[in-house]
Amino acid sequence: MTETIQFELNGKPMEMSLDSERTLLWVLRSDLGLTGTKYGCGASHCGACIILVNMKTVRSCMYPVWYIKGKKVITIEGLSKNGDLHPLQKAFIKHDALQCGFCTPGMIMNAYGLLHHNPQPTVREIIQGMDQNLCRCGSYNRIIDAIQTAAKEMKGGRQI
Amino acid sequence: MKKDKYLKIDSSDINTPFAMDRREFLKSLGGGIIIVFSIGELSVLGGGILTKVQESSDLNAYLRVKEDGRIDCYTGKIEMGQGVITSLAQVLADELEVSLDQVDMVMGDTELCPYDAGTWGSLTTRFFDPILRAAAAEARAVLIELAAEHLKISKKQLEASEGVIYDTKNRKNQVTYAQLTKGKKILKPLSEKPPVKTPSEFKIIGKPELKADALAKVTGEAKYAGDIRLPGMLYAKILRPPAHGARLISLDASALENIEGIEVVREKDFFAVLHKSPEIAGEAINKVKAEYEVPEPKANDETIFKHLLSVASESNLVEEGGNLKEGRELSDITVEEEYLDGYVAHAPIETHTATAKFEGDKITMWVSTQTPFGTRQAISETLNMPLQNVHIKQNFLGGGFGSKNYNQQAIEAARITKLSGKPVQLVWTRGEEFFYDMFRPAAVVKINSGITNSGKITLWDYGVYFAGARGSQLFYDIPHNRTMAYGSAEGAHPFGTGAWRAPANNTNTFARESQIDIMAWKAGVDPFEFRLNNMKDERMIRVLKAAAKKFGWPPVKLPGGKGYGIACGVDAGSYVAQIAEVEVDKETGQVQVKRVVCAQDMGQVVNPQGAILQIEGCITMGLGYALTEDVKFNWGEVKTRNFNTYEITRFSWTPKIDTVLIDAQDSPPQGGGEPPIICVGGVIANAIFDATRARLFQLPMTPERILAAIHKG
Ligand code: FES
Ligand code: FES
Repeated sequence: MTETIQFELNGKPMEMSLDSERTLLWVLRSDLGLTGTKYGCGASHCGACIILVNMKTVRSCMYPVWYIKGKKVITIEGLSKNGDLHPLQKAFIKHDALQCGFCTPGMIMNAYGLLHHNPQPTVREIIQGMDQNLCRCGSYNRIIDAIQTAAKEMKGGRQI
Repeated sequence: MKKDKYLKIDSSDINTPFAMDRREFLKSLGGGIIIVFSIGELSVLGGGILTKVQESSDLNAYLRVKEDGRIDCYTGKIEMGQGVITSLAQVLADELEVSLDQVDMVMGDTELCPYDAGTWGSLTTRFFDPILRAAAAEARAVLIELAAEHLKISKKQLEASEGVIYDTKNRKNQVTYAQLTKGKKILKPLSEKPPVKTPSEFKIIGKPELKADALAKVTGEAKYAGDIRLPGMLYAKILRPPAHGARLISLDASALENIEGIEVVREKDFFAVLHKSPEIAGEAINKVKAEYEVPEPKANDETIFKHLLSVASESNLVEEGGNLKEGRELSDITVEEEYLDGYVAHAPIETHTATAKFEGDKITMWVSTQTPFGTRQAISETLNMPLQNVHIKQNFLGGGFGSKNYNQQAIEAARITKLSGKPVQLVWTRGEEFFYDMFRPAAVVKINSGITNSGKITLWDYGVYFAGARGSQLFYDIPHNRTMAYGSAEGAHPFGTGAWRAPANNTNTFARESQIDIMAWKAGVDPFEFRLNNMKDERMIRVLKAAAKKFGWPPVKLPGGKGYGIACGVDAGSYVAQIAEVEVDKETGQVQVKRVVCAQDMGQVVNPQGAILQIEGCITMGLGYALTEDVKFNWGEVKTRNFNTYEITRFSWTPKIDTVLIDAQDSPPQGGGEPPIICVGGVIANAIFDATRARLFQLPMTPERILAAIHKG
């Protein structure tokens, strides 16, 4: 059923008229052209599609778009502000924490959610919090290092 | 699509150039200095890389020094995470004396780039680097010549650095590449002996560099084939059979009539729906009622090995030496074992994807492919249109590992766009990806080997079935040996099989290194010493020693569930040795790999940072085939369709990884994207044995199999 929904997308108010049962991931990727959020499995197994909704990590392949009504949505495209990379993005580059890069947006968004709720995670907590995100290229150890580096940088300065 | 490629894809499959007149293309390029060559002349360069020469009129460009001084590098290779976008730029920048960020990589575009057979077999660095270096050296020579004219100084007195040419006696007297190329268009053919640098002159080659594409990837801006958005584009879903080999009997699409905006295309059994919302297309295709006739199953994931042995009709002698009978007589102890390896999926996180549009009689496509030129060829044949009317564009790949050598999705997307007349995007679902993947073939290895009481290997009778020969060649020094590869041309496997990262070598190395370990234990000799005692190959001895030193071998053994194993092997010209520490829970059969040390001799290392990433990636990925990855099926019906039943390595299983790169800057660069994965099965199997005294003869080494082996004792 077509309905009009309002939400905030990467800091900007949005309004869309669409069948609100449609899948959040595909609305983002096709209707809104935000292709940074990836499809990897469509069944909550890989984490490539993770975004933040009201600062909670959400696997967008599993949610209907009505779920974001009245909420704040952040995708990978909304992470850097005015060309300034987020500490996580910088740390991923610094640690070479990616190869093909296809899992990367989901990894970064999941880490963003993780650090929001636990700004100084231990390695064990990082592993636990990230364990449902898959990377076929095998960047895991570097991603752990990157998250630690970002956590350090964010502690004193920029808040998320 | 051809099945049973098990014997064909090997590192020895080298490019056969495809001749095409590119003079028109060269005319259309802008100004500057363009280094061209005709394929006919190329044999001078690459140690016989390009064997079959078809036409000498074919001109290709490898690089262009543009009028603004920036450099375009054209390569038919693609970037799928292996980092060649960085390492090729390094090679070019070093030889041409420009900084790395002056280089723009133009990759895999079939109109702009020279023909390339595909990005696989760890060939890029080995075979493309020398060509690129030669082209860059040539361009530098042209620039120096121009500068000599411009500055009216002898060439000998000039030096290039960072895109500027100086008078060495008066550095203020200088001219930039941009000034030299402005308003010019120089086509320079490659000469026979381009003035390339010696290793001691390298400034950028051999230095660690961070990945050039990282920025685009962390911001979500990097464009993969499925990220292309075209006006009026529709998303396609195709009707799929329940099993390979199934035949469509009836089809009822009446349920689609009430779906708004749905379009249907059909050509015989090929049936697809299109919609502007991908998930609506997905729901629609599920509403189509289709009946199929499914062929009688001949085997499943448990019985497949027996089936394979029964259909192996072809044999190839890989190598032999001495006399097996004599070897048997010399042996005090013989060991006869059989090793099994199931089907493994590539499972890149990006599924096969293609986007296509027609403009007039020309088709343009963005494809997740390791073989853009092969894709172009396939599209031209399928749609029956001339090659030059098919244009495959550049995009990133979300992982390949061999899976994207096969481009069924591109052919499908091209057909749909032709039938519908609309721009189309086809993104395979994860279920389709598992169904149509060209799996690493299931395989059996039989080994009969013998040693003397003093631990000298005297006999090696080796037969590999259906994996392929890569990696089966002996580097141990065994006087009496024979290595055979068996297979059959058609019909052995229920579905397509193909090249999986280091094809055949994972299977062969697992079997060989397990067998070596068994013999070491029987001889009562430390497995590291046992290996050294039985080899003469200096490069292998060096990597083994380097790994042992880094690891601290022999390990101090404490009581508890820990175990230590060694394995080594050769792949794509590189030598690899690994040592692993594992912890095994004897109650549950769970294995935790704690630490892996990898030493590698890959000749000249262009980007050490990139090489280390590849090693880490290979070991991490390799844990999956070693421990969990196994495709379940009942003949053509593939049961494994997503990551819940196909477990790949996760954060929590990843061990600490230490790498040692042997410094061999003077020897030619070898493959790096595959070799480190070959030892992972064997090194873990040997460590599990050390921890439990249970020997695993089948991959993956699941907890159930480990428990069964422990109980067998
Ligand atoms: S695509 Fe959503 S979890 Fe994999
Ligand atoms: S970088 Fe390729 S899947 Fe993670």
